[in-house]
Amino acid sequence: MSDAHPSLNARKDPLGFLRTQVGAGSLRTLARRYRKYAMFLALIVLWIGFQLLSHGVFLSTRNLALLARQTSITGILTIGAVILIVSGNFDISTGSVLGLTGGIAAILHVWMGWSALPAILAAIGVGLAIGAWQGYWVAYKRVPSFIVTLAGLMIWRGVLLVLTQGKTIAPVRESFAFLGSGFLSRPLGILLLIGAITLVAVSAFATRRNKQKYGLPVPPLATTVASTALTVLLMIAFVSILNGYHGIPVPVAFLILLVAAFSWVMSRTTFGRAIYAIGGNTEAASLSGVRVKRNLLLGFVIMSGLCALAGVLMTARMNAAAPTAGTGMELDAIAAAVLGGTSLSGGIGTITGGILGAVIMATLDNGMSLFNISSYYQIIVKGLILLLAVWFDISAKNK
Amino acid sequence: MPADVVVEMRNITKEFPGVVALADVSIAVRKGEIHAVVGENGAGKSTLMKVLCGFYPASTFRGEVLVKSKSCRFQSVKDAEQEGIAIIFQELNLAPNLSVAENIYLGRQPCRLGIIDPYKVQVDAQRCLHDIGLTIDPQAQVGDLPIGKRQSVEIAKAISKDAGILILDEPTSSLSENEIEMLMGLLAKLKAKGVACIYISHKLNEVFRIADTITVLRDGKLVGTGSKTDLTKSMVISLMVGRSIQDIFPKAEHDIGGSVFELRNMNLTAASTGLKVVRNVSFEVRKGEILGISGLMGSGRTELLLGIFGAYRGKIEGEVSVQGKRVQIRGPADAIRHGIYLVPEDRRLSGLVMTFTVSENITLASLDGIARFGTIDLAREYRLGERIRRDLAIKTPSLETPVPNLSGGNQQKIVIGKWLARKAPEVMFLDEPTRGIDVGAKHEIYNIINSLSRSGIAVVIVSSELPEVVGLCDRILVMNEGQIRGEFLREEVDEEKIMYAATVGA
Repeated sequence: MSDAHPSLNARKDPLGFLRTQVGAGSLRTLARRYRKYAMFLALIVLWIGFQLLSHGVFLSTRNLALLARQTSITGILTIGAVILIVSGNFDISTGSVLGLTGGIAAILHVWMGWSALPAILAAIGVGLAIGAWQGYWVAYKRVPSFIVTLAGLMIWRGVLLVLTQGKTIAPVRESFAFLGSGFLSRPLGILLLIGAITLVAVSAFATRRNKQKYGLPVPPLATTVASTALTVLLMIAFVSILNGYHGIPVPVAFLILLVAAFSWVMSRTTFGRAIYAIGGNTEAASLSGVRVKRNLLLGFVIMSGLCALAGVLMTARMNAAAPTAGTGMELDAIAAAVLGGTSLSGGIGTITGGILGAVIMATLDNGMSLFNISSYYQIIVKGLILLLAVWFDISAKNK
Repeated sequence: MPADVVVEMRNITKEFPGVVALADVSIAVRKGEIHAVVGENGAGKSTLMKVLCGFYPASTFRGEVLVKSKSCRFQSVKDAEQEGIAIIFQELNLAPNLSVAENIYLGRQPCRLGIIDPYKVQVDAQRCLHDIGLTIDPQAQVGDLPIGKRQSVEIAKAISKDAGILILDEPTSSLSENEIEMLMGLLAKLKAKGVACIYISHKLNEVFRIADTITVLRDGKLVGTGSKTDLTKSMVISLMVGRSIQDIFPKAEHDIGGSVFELRNMNLTAASTGLKVVRNVSFEVRKGEILGISGLMGSGRTELLLGIFGAYRGKIEGEVSVQGKRVQIRGPADAIRHGIYLVPEDRRLSGLVMTFTVSENITLASLDGIARFGTIDLAREYRLGERIRRDLAIKTPSLETPVPNLSGGNQQKIVIGKWLARKAPEVMFLDEPTRGIDVGAKHEIYNIINSLSRSGIAVVIVSSELPEVVGLCDRILVMNEGQIRGEFLREEVDEEKIMYAATVGA
């Protein structure tokens, strides 16, 4: 899916996919932007389709809340996957790290009686350490990331099995489980919504004004207003639906905060720029003074840290830590990232795109479960969708 | 049409969305003729050739292509190959992991029931190479051959397919002087055999040496054509750029100060072979001086620059001093910090991030300068990009244009601009700064280099183009097999002296 013309504006303003932008677009840039819309459209079509087929069950507040919750763990992993794939690397140890750290949190909390917060922080600390270890081998010892993380996939799963002796660790107490099955109170949800709306509106118009100042092409004011309004509307709809059930689920809140934070990091910080440069052309980045090793290491630390957070949330949601927790989730994360436009050759991809991919995959999971389609068929369908989506992207690029 | 015209293109017009690449261009080539097509980047030369060789199917352009008086409508390169048209692109189409013989017969190996006859492949390849006077071992792995020989293999491949019309697209841009000689000899042999040759090149010296006819394109139109005897170099240059370039090498007077950079005893050992590619090289550069480093390919010039910059993959030994003080360079970041900047040899491979915009590439070496607490200040980024764009006259629709959209000359300006976006260096190294760039843009880059030296920066240029080195530099070092074999001042040098030092030694 490598393309010399990524939707560059999508990197500068993460919600750009919702804004129509006129301007310096080559045919291929337009095909890319068109792709994001196409994906969004596909999502809407899927939702409407499932809604009709399920006689109104799919889009019920309860199901949507479930869908949101189902997306959250994969979504968090997808954030890390996007960052690493953009830098030109892979991480297939994701599921094992998730399982191990979720297990460590459970061990500390259930077997050793630690209270929730210290156990969680310790688990995340282990995740960061694992990331540093893996990152060290990749960045400083130049072992291909596929191999390092393949080794990790085996090693961390093995460590988990040793620690737990194959047993499932349960039950976690209320304070911990809240993270997985709790909800934000409705007023809190609304507060966050207001904050988010303000942020989106301000950034939309500030970016516009900045660009105008430097003579860069901007879309007509009406378009900016319309797309910002649309974004705001979607956000309001989102929160209202969730509030209509029991409120925003805690894992979803985490996901949203992390998506916002890391989208900002990738598009607006020197670290993010370095990652895109390293993935786009490592040699050129290095010769321009970018500290390749340091930044790659940090990327791996972030990925495994996110895995740890996801592991904690998984344990919280399941009320237990199973020795098989997380198995195979690395593939879900990579598939979501790729579906969302991340190129396997590096340098191209956005976090919001990846999350869109994760939502589509979760939609398929959720929908097919609603219709009682066996999970065996589910993975066949998901595999085919992934193949077709990437093919579509490549052929659109070649037009 | 005269009897000996083998190929003719009539009234070719080719459009892309938003741009007319060729407008009513006609060209005719005779048997055994070497016909040069010259023009600036974007003039339409490559497009014209792609039309001829079938890369663009007949339905995508207007006009006629005639081979031996027969009108042809090619749907693919294979169709054109059937008619005897073969094209050798700048980026060669060979499989480096296969042998010469295997490459020549790739896709059409002599075989029975799907089993290749390896001896026949060898013998046929040997004969094919011999026919055009090449002494290359058919069993040699192509990846081990230098670029000049690889190109010869590609030409042999074309001839073995009975090509009557050979198109060469910028054939000498990656060749050393020796290899260019070889190519000229080969083309003369082919000419004697009656092969018509279309030669696309920026290099007028070569064109005037080897071509019988010269056609000049500008902005997609044919602006002139004539035999070599009717045209002069300055006439051709005027036609190409639409203005007369009085002085290709703007001579700038500038002051030269004291030594700002000194290298002592650099030795570079290749990681893969354990061989020394640079031996005991020492030199110094002075403030405001333009120092040229000349030499053949493989003489170690690029490696030398990478070694100084701390980016060489292998063992680096040597002492670098900036402004009289010894500095430790463990990697590019250190070099940059000490005021040493490098514009690498291949802009696409190591100079630019092709997935980035103009502005993102310009600011790539200045990320800390445009950021506060790790956050990029977009306003500062725009300002910086705009300043560089203006100062270097980079032609681009906007700062947010993806760099692959820009011409080679403008891309090169961006690579240079990336460094000018930082504070001025002590010494700026440029490796082949005008490779693959048209005359007009070269002139602009020479001006940029001169202004750098005028502002007190020491400039070191590695270049394979002798006229460029002689015309631009105050002092010239010549490298040969990893060592410095000659040093000349501008007043006393000429191309022959350099060539002697590059091939034989002082």
